[in-house]
Amino acid sequence: MNDTATEIRSVIVEREIAFPPEKIWRALTQPHLIQEWLMKNDFKPVPDHRFKLSAEWGSVDCRVLEIEPNRTLAYTWDAYGLESTVTWTLTPMGSGTHLRMEQSGFRPDQEQAYQGAKFGWQRFFENLQQVLARAD
Amino acid sequence: MSNAHDALFRALSDPTRRAIFERLCREGEKTVGALTARAGVSQPVVSKHLAVLKTAGLVRDRHEGRQTHYTAEIKALAPLADWTTEMAGFWESRFDALEDLLKRMDQ
Repeated sequence: MNDTATEIRSVIVEREIAFPPEKIWRALTQPHLIQEWLMKNDFKPVPDHRFKLSAEWGSVDCRVLEIEPNRTLAYTWDAYGLESTVTWTLTPMGSGTHLRMEQSGFRPDQEQAYQGAKFGWQRFFENLQQVLARAD
Repeated sequence: MSNAHDALFRALSDPTRRAIFERLCREGEKTVGALTARAGVSQPVVSKHLAVLKTAGLVRDRHEGRQTHYTAEIKALAPLADWTTEMAGFWESRFDALEDLLKRMDQ
């Protein structure tokens, strides 16, 4: 175990979308629409509601953390050892919307070992871990 | 993103090249000559491997007189140990699907 393995990281994707926040909100919160762009689900726009996103490759366990219609939606996203939070932010811009998604969280140590084994480079990744831990 | 990934994987797929890179990580800056002394291959071969590592962003070089010194760029490896790379690709494709859906939806 070291700091590199448990460090919180995040990924941010942002896009200007040529539709108003209200329309995007529907696509983010109505199960039959979520299914069309993300995954099958039993989402409900209710704080603390637990739901599952499922695809052929497996499923993601989620729980609604924050919900402010047409502005903010946050839920937990736990899958394959990745414990994270996904936050959607909608900001009106002219006739469209600035849509921002931030996923932040961490992946436990064993997950990185799994990644190493997957590429047949486990030993290399162990060395890499030590090197990265010393690098900062 | 995946092109950068490909370059990294390609650069690290060769055992000799990996050994050179690991040595730079462990021991710090080295000249081509110093690297050749323990690589078990000729200097031109080491230079060729270093060029591949440099293209992948894994090493940087510094010229001093006739010598070229190489240093490992450890940060270039971060994408391999980082779930964010994988998820960024996932979310980009989901944003595309979301935009397609929005175009099909009624107002």
